[in-house]
Amino acid sequence: MSAEKNNKQGQKLPLTNPATLDSHSDEDDIEETSPWKDTCKYLQKNRFAITGCLIILFFVLFGFLAPLLTSYSYQGQDLANRLQPPSSEHWFGTDDVGRDIFTRIAYGARVSMQVGFFAVTGALVFGTLLGMIAGYFGRWIDTIISRIFDIVLAFPSILLAIAIVAILGASLQNALIAIAIINIPIFGRIVRSKVISLREEEFIMAARAQGMKNGRIIFHHILPNSAAPIIVQATLGFGTAILDAAALGFLGLGAQPPTPEWGAMLAASRDFIQLAPWTLIFPGISIMLVVLGFNLIGDGLRDALDPKMKN
Amino acid sequence: MNKRKEEEQKMTKPLLEVKGLKKYFEIRGGVFGRKTGEIKAVDDVSFTVREGEILGIVGESGCGKSTTGKSILRLIEPSAGEVTFAGRKITHLDSEELRKLRKNMQIIFQDPYASLNPRHTVEKIIGEPLLVHKTISAEERKKRVKELLEVVGLSSYHASRYPHQFSGGQRQRIGIARALANHPKLIICDEPVSALDVSVQSQILNLMQKLREEFQLTYVFIAHDLSVVKHISDRVGVMYLGGLMELADKDKLYTGPKHPYTQALLSAVPTPDPDDVRERIILKGDVPSPANPPTGCVFHTRCPQAMDICKTVKPVFEEVEDNHFVACHLFVM
Repeated sequence: MSAEKNNKQGQKLPLTNPATLDSHSDEDDIEETSPWKDTCKYLQKNRFAITGCLIILFFVLFGFLAPLLTSYSYQGQDLANRLQPPSSEHWFGTDDVGRDIFTRIAYGARVSMQVGFFAVTGALVFGTLLGMIAGYFGRWIDTIISRIFDIVLAFPSILLAIAIVAILGASLQNALIAIAIINIPIFGRIVRSKVISLREEEFIMAARAQGMKNGRIIFHHILPNSAAPIIVQATLGFGTAILDAAALGFLGLGAQPPTPEWGAMLAASRDFIQLAPWTLIFPGISIMLVVLGFNLIGDGLRDALDPKMKN
Repeated sequence: MNKRKEEEQKMTKPLLEVKGLKKYFEIRGGVFGRKTGEIKAVDDVSFTVREGEILGIVGESGCGKSTTGKSILRLIEPSAGEVTFAGRKITHLDSEELRKLRKNMQIIFQDPYASLNPRHTVEKIIGEPLLVHKTISAEERKKRVKELLEVVGLSSYHASRYPHQFSGGQRQRIGIARALANHPKLIICDEPVSALDVSVQSQILNLMQKLREEFQLTYVFIAHDLSVVKHISDRVGVMYLGGLMELADKDKLYTGPKHPYTQALLSAVPTPDPDDVRERIILKGDVPSPANPPTGCVFHTRCPQAMDICKTVKPVFEEVEDNHFVACHLFVM
């Protein structure tokens, strides 16, 4: 309300100064905007981002509405109808124990989205935090955190995940934790390198000169400027998280049968790749589409968060 | 003579006193990152700035001007020396006290393209110093931002824009508005116009002069452009290789430079008249490395009037005439 009032005053002001040569005072500029609203507005204009959103929305709904979409159960075996090709009865065919693949993919959407979301979120939050601290404070703090990252990265990631799951016990939840942990250093190193370059920027020194505290500088100045690589890594990590979960599932350390996890379905059907390719194709396409969807959203977000890309 | 000086000093008390300021950057190398040397960026600089005056500091690039400015604000932690601001020693303040003091001493940066956060709107950039010092309410803050924008010659509708939508001169105005936000007493201007076009330089200089009168500001004005410094300063200090060579009132320094380096520097200022043939003092050689500065007087390797004593004994920076400080053996009684 008051902002509007101020803006009207601003409009009336004569442009007396030679520095204000650009006198286009179009309505958009005067409008009071929040960064969040700006971002949403920009995302809506980006066709790829919209496509990505639609794909993800589709799979979310697919998962939620699974019981309404199919009359089969995702665990009911029907050995008489094993490895049936797609038909009007079984849209995506059946697997090696006669379960309807369409049903399993629909229920699997719930599991796989959860896997991707929680593993990436966990890795992102802790990785970013540790990377920020290491990059911003430097010295011995950086040495300690970076060496821990190096140690984690020195192991083949899947081996480390197996070790973690072996300690915690085999379950989907523990697989999630393991996947999050092995992804922490990947986020951490990206953020650390970005923060180190940002730390030397003059606007960070300016922020200190204004009398801002470290917390404010980190969260208001450094974090927004290092968002782009974090977002890109998060969208890429989504796909690898689902695949890592699949690998763990395949080893019996992740989703336990008969949980319909896409990766596990993929892994379980590789023996039938020539005999019944549909058992592989449909879970594979689902993973690809979800990963693609998140990548498109990620690209859109990265551009939307950068003020230079607007207008 | 002495009496007059005392009176003058009483009238305008020093706002900023810098004593023996040093900043050595360590050079680390080798397998274990041991200290292998140091760069003496600022080596024993002392001066005072009186309230309401503009002290210009000139010198060629790499002589430690900017490091001096940033060390005064402790944006770069000085290695040694003492800085007194408004009667208070600030070199040993802890970070919280220093943070509060930042209200009173501000800085304008050289590069207006790098000194504004590209992700923040102008309103946030200018409003943030008000926010962190919690001086006024959100409503007042908004008003103050618009007011500041107009003070520096922008308009209030610019508040919702981002830095990349402005030209260099406009960005520098935003930087100035940000520095002014909390009514500071002292502003360190770190080459505020050297990144700008010549036509815009004069606009910004005039703005800064106007603001100084309007808000009773004190500037330490760092630049490498002799004519810019001459235009704006009351007193001028000349730096060479981390040390102050000469410090005097503007007119005295420009008409009667004492230090051989100042003389050489001033003889290099171009004049608009092509027929005006002056005797230029051409210095030989390059500036020595600050990692390995010459013994004695740092200028002796290039000084046309160097004596034997210059090679061994470092000249003291002292007052040789009323308000005219020189660090040179030629003027020692």
